[in-house]
Amino acid sequence: MESRKTTEILLIGGSAGSISVLLEVLPQLQDHLSFPLVVVVHRKSHPESMLEELLRFRSRLPVEEIYDKMTLKDACIYLVPADYHLLFEDKRMVSLDCSEKVNYSRPSIDVTFQSAAQIFKEHTAALLLSGGNADGIEGLRCIARKKGAVFVQDPETAEIAYMPRQALLNLQVDAVLEPGEMASFINQLGTYY
Amino acid sequence: MIELDIVKNDDMEMLLKDISHLYGYDFTQYSKASLKRRLNRICMLDKFTSFAELRHRLIHDSVYLSRFIEEITVNVTEMFRDPHFYATLRHHILPVLRTYPFIRIWVAGCSTGEEAYSLAILLKETDLFNKTLIYATDINPSVLEKASKGIFPLNQMKQYSRNYILSGGNRDFSSYYMSMYDVVKFNSDLSSKMIFSTHNLVSDSSFNEFQLILCRNVLIYFDKDLQNKVFKLFDDSLQPLGFLALGAKETLRFSNVEHRYKQWNEDKIWKKISSCNGK
Repeated sequence: MESRKTTEILLIGGSAGSISVLLEVLPQLQDHLSFPLVVVVHRKSHPESMLEELLRFRSRLPVEEIYDKMTLKDACIYLVPADYHLLFEDKRMVSLDCSEKVNYSRPSIDVTFQSAAQIFKEHTAALLLSGGNADGIEGLRCIARKKGAVFVQDPETAEIAYMPRQALLNLQVDAVLEPGEMASFINQLGTYY
Repeated sequence: MIELDIVKNDDMEMLLKDISHLYGYDFTQYSKASLKRRLNRICMLDKFTSFAELRHRLIHDSVYLSRFIEEITVNVTEMFRDPHFYATLRHHILPVLRTYPFIRIWVAGCSTGEEAYSLAILLKETDLFNKTLIYATDINPSVLEKASKGIFPLNQMKQYSRNYILSGGNRDFSSYYMSMYDVVKFNSDLSSKMIFSTHNLVSDSSFNEFQLILCRNVLIYFDKDLQNKVFKLFDDSLQPLGFLALGAKETLRFSNVEHRYKQWNEDKIWKKISSCNGK
């Protein structure tokens, strides 16, 4: 494993069974993180998203839902809104896109992961959590090809193991993590992995 | 799947310049991230093995241009999308418009017309239909042709009907259309107050004055500068105290015209409170 690559963005993708992991991990993150954290989860579109409220209430880091052409800041948690894909214009500015669903999903984890891989290249880090479909696998592959860092939740600990298991079957990942160790892992992700 | 990297930034710039120069369609201020995906997608759909091949086809085949425009622009839309937004129109905005003797509404970037038909239904149910004209415009002539027919896939109706009810509609949604095999055709009465026309938000100017402009999930495909330019165009096209409605994750905040508008509660609807000459 290569070392001393700085992480400039952390993406977390998840589907069924990922919310409980997010609620466990994100509140433990420290506010010195030297990168923004973008969360792409499949969820129903709803005007007042419970997830944002829950995370905001529990987390030390600011939690914001992304709007179009928003500028991302370090040590902030960003949620991709339901019914939109998220794309990166550059390392700070994002765009929303409501084109066709990908893997029956909008937002699609693949779409955001691929877009980040093109912009951040080897400085991309991504973590794929529990889920019941294969969205995210192609995205992880793209990031790995750009020499970014890819992590998956230990399928044994996942409510729905299919997504992380598919990732492990299809590509080499840099780490397999249990929910209990994710926060400390992310907290030291800034400079080394 | 072709790698997204097939489309390089420099190639893209060159292609966009060609199209602008040859055909007058200027995509150079479209959001690059999204455009790249669309270009990649059209390469896959039409089986171009390289970007150069796409460019060659576009330069030498003007007929292909319309196909290109249709695929490069996003035409995903639905009826009563964000039901809460339509509930606000129904309960708060349309009652204000009722005070005008004649109402003009512009649906900018209407695509295949789902929003225009949703509006028409809303206007029917609030008894404003007869004194309203809906101008539905898009850059793309082929989607306008579809829109004018009012024919939509049957398999969407369950979702649309649910949206309609959530937006405060209390009639039988299916009374607005006739089913024919796998499509439905909306009553032609609904389109009798719609005017369909091509309009390019990038290059065309204001063509009328409106009390309400809807432009939802169109500006996300533009860069910031172009967004500001289009806000100016809308500003020029809105009557004082008129309303501008944007998509759920779009905002007038941080734009050049922000100070002249007041947001309607939490909804993405802004009221024009003063005109550019300070009146």
